[in-house]
Amino acid sequence: MKNTGTQIALADGNRTGIQTSPELAQELIDGAIAAIPSSEGGPEGLAEYRGEYIAEGFPVGSLPSLPFAQEAEANDEAIGMAVLRDKLSERLAFERMGTRLYETLINKVEIMGESSPGPTLTELQQIRDEEMEHFLLLNRSITELGGDPTVQSPCADVTGVASLGILQVLTDPRTSVTQCLQAMLTAELTDNDGWQLLINLADTLGYPELVKDFQTALEHEEEHLVNVRGWLTELVLAKVELL
Amino acid sequence: MGLDIFKNKGVPLAKQKFSWRDLVQTPTSKLDDDAFTRVRVILMNGLESEALRFSHACARMNRDLQLPLARVRRIEQHQQTMVNWLLPADLSPLETTLAFEQVAIEVTASVAQREPDDYLAQVYRFGLLEDFDHLYRFSALYDRIAGGDANNIIQSYSDIMPGRPTSVEHRDPTDDLREHYDRNTAEPLTKLHAVTIMAAENQTHDYYMTIGPMFADPVARQLYAEIASIEEQHTTQYESIIDANETWIEKWLMHEAMEVYNYMGCSQYETNPRIKAIWDRFLDYELGQLHFVMELFEEVENRDPAEILPASLPEPIEYRSHREFVRETLSNEVDLRASGTAFVNKEEEPERSLDYREQMNSEGSPSETVAAGYRWMPGTELTAEEFAKGKGA
Repeated sequence: MKNTGTQIALADGNRTGIQTSPELAQELIDGAIAAIPSSEGGPEGLAEYRGEYIAEGFPVGSLPSLPFAQEAEANDEAIGMAVLRDKLSERLAFERMGTRLYETLINKVEIMGESSPGPTLTELQQIRDEEMEHFLLLNRSITELGGDPTVQSPCADVTGVASLGILQVLTDPRTSVTQCLQAMLTAELTDNDGWQLLINLADTLGYPELVKDFQTALEHEEEHLVNVRGWLTELVLAKVELL
Repeated sequence: MGLDIFKNKGVPLAKQKFSWRDLVQTPTSKLDDDAFTRVRVILMNGLESEALRFSHACARMNRDLQLPLARVRRIEQHQQTMVNWLLPADLSPLETTLAFEQVAIEVTASVAQREPDDYLAQVYRFGLLEDFDHLYRFSALYDRIAGGDANNIIQSYSDIMPGRPTSVEHRDPTDDLREHYDRNTAEPLTKLHAVTIMAAENQTHDYYMTIGPMFADPVARQLYAEIASIEEQHTTQYESIIDANETWIEKWLMHEAMEVYNYMGCSQYETNPRIKAIWDRFLDYELGQLHFVMELFEEVENRDPAEILPASLPEPIEYRSHREFVRETLSNEVDLRASGTAFVNKEEEPERSLDYREQMNSEGSPSETVAAGYRWMPGTELTAEEFAKGKGA
């Protein structure tokens, strides 16, 4: 293990890496090599455990307006509508959370001040307002299709779980604007693909009006992605003074 | 006719067995299971947690009982695991919180209406309006930080509106203690109710204390700090209505009877057959444990358990919406406060509680801040404009 001047400088900083304490690290490594696992085999056992539960076949929940038990017997039209509502609900949940996420980011920039490079409050507010518009669009679309926009569909639920980490990053007062943008990049990438998928689905199922409305939303999201990616890149590069 | 707990001996302790695989069943569905299935899971987890808590306290004070306590406690530990692990991982900590408050509201409402002792019924109504307010505050938090609709969890069974404001629930400890039932004269249902609700509040407190620091948002952290403090107050309140003169084994016997009573109720109301099978299994286990403790009671105290246990258990907690009762209580009693063990109008609240409250709220009120101007509506607050135009759900 090297013991460099960098380590000495880092000694009072981030302590998570093994090079923080070379002597202790060597003791740790030597001990772990000498120890014998209490059972043989490898990590494949984890997959076997999980496999038993996966094989039980329980879903997260039923599609909107189509109980799981009835899925096998449902006709194509019913399945199509259920899948469409599932994905609409997912997108709605995402846009609704996205609105709140951008409100949180605006809060952060308000306190920390705008920077150049970096987003302005006006730009963030515009993105927030567009996310809100998208949410209301989806609300109306589900209603006009005869659905209940307050349903939390399986995809909406799962997307909520996946987004919890993004929420934690944005609401943490210790995270920087750059770190928040990194998290929002994940959200915008997901959002872009999500809208594209919705457009394909609406098109396949024969809802041209929805396709048209969703195309507009996708155009907004493409701009959001370009912006967020751009701010993030500029902020990171500015930190190393390459800009 | 209620369950005859003297005739039904359930399963003997030696046959109450588990494996790790057995303990970890596929959980309930957040989306498809009825909210009251979740209410029952949370309640029974709380009751099992109380079984362990009581058992440890008893063990610390009764050397001769340590082994029988440990034997039963080991089983209760695994029962608690199986029950609690029925909550699914997609139910986030904040969503679980909403469900916890729904438990407090609907179970306490049922208890308050059935409670034979008028004073204790008032105690339950008093606590009910405070937990009712907590649901409103946590719903606002869920909406405003996560864009979530609390009704996805509540399923329209409970109202989401202000109760007795959390910000005025902070009291001096003197004003949290209540009068207790008399162990010699109280009806069995009174005793069953008291341990049930105390257990539920204690578990709620412990849960909020555990998850509070898991939130990155300081607003959430403060709200959990505030409401966890109230749940500690509630635990203190409900603990105080139980006669401290009951012997340790008497209390142990009541605990087991309470678990039998509640598993019976869960089984009766459960709509998910897979979960009902668990309630039935554990009802039999608890009957076995009850009979084990009955024998100890006879041996150690030379008393007949029939002196304190009813031959047949009363009707169980009603797992249904108690909206009307809650609204009526809210309308009549929201301005009640506590003065020592009595309930008084807010103008008569003692200075000591006012001073304490002023101190705790001196740098702001998380519960007021989180829910400032908040009205729950379908699809969250963000639909307010659409809702006003009649375009909401």
